[in-house]
Amino acid sequence: MVLEYSLIALLSPLVGGVIAAFFGKSMGKIFVNASTILGVTISFIFSCMLAMDVYQTSAVFNQNLYTWIDIGAFTFHIGLLIDNLTASMMVVVTFVSLMVHIYTIGYMHDDPGYHRFFAYISLFTFSMLSLVMSNNFLQLFFGWEAVGVMSYLLIGFWYTKESAIKANLKAFLVNRVGDLSLILGIGIIFSITGSLDYQTAFSETQSLTQTEFKLFDTWTITALTGACILLFGGAMGKSAQMPLHVWLPDSMEGPTPISALIHAATMVTAGVFLVARMSPLFELSPSALSFVLIIGATTALFTGVLGLIQNDIKRVIAYSTLSQLGYMVAAAGVSAYSASLFHLMTHAFFKALLFLAAGSVIVALHHEQDIRKMGGLKSKLPITYLTSLIGSLALIGFPGFSGFFSKDALIEAIGHANIVGSGFAYASVLMGVFITALYSFRLFFKVFHGRIEEHHSDVKESPLSITLPLILLAIPSVMIAWPTVGPMVFGSYFGNSIDQPDAYQIFGYEFTSAYGFLLHAFSSPVIYIATSGVLTAYVLYIQQPNFLNDRSLKSTFIYRILENKYYFDDLYENVFAKQARNIGQNLWSVGDIKIIDNWFVNGTAYRIGNIANRIKSIQTGYIYHYALMMILGLAIFLGWTLITSGFVS
Amino acid sequence: MLTLQSYLTLSAIVFSIGITGIVINRKNIIIVMMCTELLLISVNFNFIAFSHFLNDLSGQVFVFFILTVAAAEAAIGLAILVALYRNKKSISVSELNKLRN
Repeated sequence: MVLEYSLIALLSPLVGGVIAAFFGKSMGKIFVNASTILGVTISFIFSCMLAMDVYQTSAVFNQNLYTWIDIGAFTFHIGLLIDNLTASMMVVVTFVSLMVHIYTIGYMHDDPGYHRFFAYISLFTFSMLSLVMSNNFLQLFFGWEAVGVMSYLLIGFWYTKESAIKANLKAFLVNRVGDLSLILGIGIIFSITGSLDYQTAFSETQSLTQTEFKLFDTWTITALTGACILLFGGAMGKSAQMPLHVWLPDSMEGPTPISALIHAATMVTAGVFLVARMSPLFELSPSALSFVLIIGATTALFTGVLGLIQNDIKRVIAYSTLSQLGYMVAAAGVSAYSASLFHLMTHAFFKALLFLAAGSVIVALHHEQDIRKMGGLKSKLPITYLTSLIGSLALIGFPGFSGFFSKDALIEAIGHANIVGSGFAYASVLMGVFITALYSFRLFFKVFHGRIEEHHSDVKESPLSITLPLILLAIPSVMIAWPTVGPMVFGSYFGNSIDQPDAYQIFGYEFTSAYGFLLHAFSSPVIYIATSGVLTAYVLYIQQPNFLNDRSLKSTFIYRILENKYYFDDLYENVFAKQARNIGQNLWSVGDIKIIDNWFVNGTAYRIGNIANRIKSIQTGYIYHYALMMILGLAIFLGWTLITSGFVS
Repeated sequence: MLTLQSYLTLSAIVFSIGITGIVINRKNIIIVMMCTELLLISVNFNFIAFSHFLNDLSGQVFVFFILTVAAAEAAIGLAILVALYRNKKSISVSELNKLRN
């Protein structure tokens, strides 16, 4: 039964997407909506049933369905692994995907690429599901690349816009760096364990820890640490961790629904999922965990700071996504995979909500994205206003909202951890809390409060297809955490899929109930820091809006660094990209034009023609020349025969 | 008494005349054909001489074959020549360079 359910859940978005792709244009919008939304709805329903089933039985379903390649001792399978981790990812992915499908009806209703968009997001859902449902590295890699392709196609959805094309190329190239690392990590595991199945790899950790690689003369690392760090390199690309984060803000060039679905809720969390899935490996390598922790904490703080000075409504939320991904990764770094995944789930809901709300504002203002031109939209867009408020409160971790539980558990785990870099990480995430509150409410106040812009007087609330997903996403953003925080974070919900120390060892806190956790949180500084962030935002953007207009602020050193995003883009552009272009230029002008084109291809033809031209001149056409040649030839052969065989007497 | 050597010498002389005629002739294609006949004749001469002195008849049998082939060849050659003349109004060897191109 599990097999059938999971196959239906996996394949129905594929079928819907393919139908929409091939017949959508001729059959019209209603047909496209029906096929894709039906596919995703079926997938969602079966995912929920699977999740219930797996939760009750707590049995892991791991089965190979099909042998793809069978070479000698190696067999590559297509298989499914359904456990609690997979099931919860499936529910999150299909739910957000379904919301985004519905939302897209309203958001894209007059776009010429309507059916293309639906086909893409359905195929994306399929890719993401195949990523989370795989039971081996190869299929994981397929899903990993497939979501990358769909992300590429969707960022460049408006392909006539130059900035969109540049952004999707950037996303694709930066992801290649991560993917190279990922496939190298898979390669290490494969070369040592001889298998791509998770189960085999996890059961042969002994040989992974015993093999050692010599990096330099004196520095050796175990294969396990190398594999973990390389796998995490893949996660860094996909989950946009520093220093591979540069593609995510630019990906906001794509339509807003995919920013919500791919670049906030699902695809970018694939890296976190990967680390959690590989927890049996990461647990054995403290240095890899420290690496994960430091990268995550750095991302959490420094990308959040960038969100403070952005003026594009979507970019602010994009930097917020980066920062939250940093939180998840940092939590994975202190072995709190369950808290990390829990934050992944709650974040998927409230960040999708925030993005869709931002999209609603953008639609209402006729595709205006600059928050400096917004203001006082509270009364014009009541539903968007309320849902944004819920999303923002969940994001900053306001007590009682789902984001509060996940973020608080996560910070508690980081604070309680005692590995290399945990002190730095704890300081970073605490500062990150303040920053999160500040930029979230800066955005919120600037858009919905303050002085109303006069040319916004005819703004109307968005249609039902846009507001309905907002409401449906607001519900889990508020209260999904109440029933789930106990089993998922502190209980044994992920016991059959994740290898982590028991809750008390991670959190240093005895969980009793969600309410108890809520009260407990008042003894930690997180809530107060967040509140002070909100108050700062209130003072700066509502009470004293002129304070920040000071010219001198914009010329300070720090402001310039932030405005240039720590010069990462310039570094990549002027060092890596430039060198790569130079190498490419040289390879092209020397290798391609000179050697291949000039010598091999044209050179061969030219030489043959040249030789033929010279030989041609002996073909005079006169009979007596040919006759002479014949006789000379005869004479030579006869002479040769006589000389070699001698005169026979 | 004529020796084998005398026959062979005569044959070689005739062969050389034939070859020279083919190679240095620039005027008339009929001469080329006649020279070809001379070559064949000289070969026949060799065959007959050897046949006689070695007491082996097969050499003379071979001569008959060669004569037949020579006759056929002459007939075909003359036919081509006639066709050629009709087309080109000339049978001069120096103008016949149509084997080229």
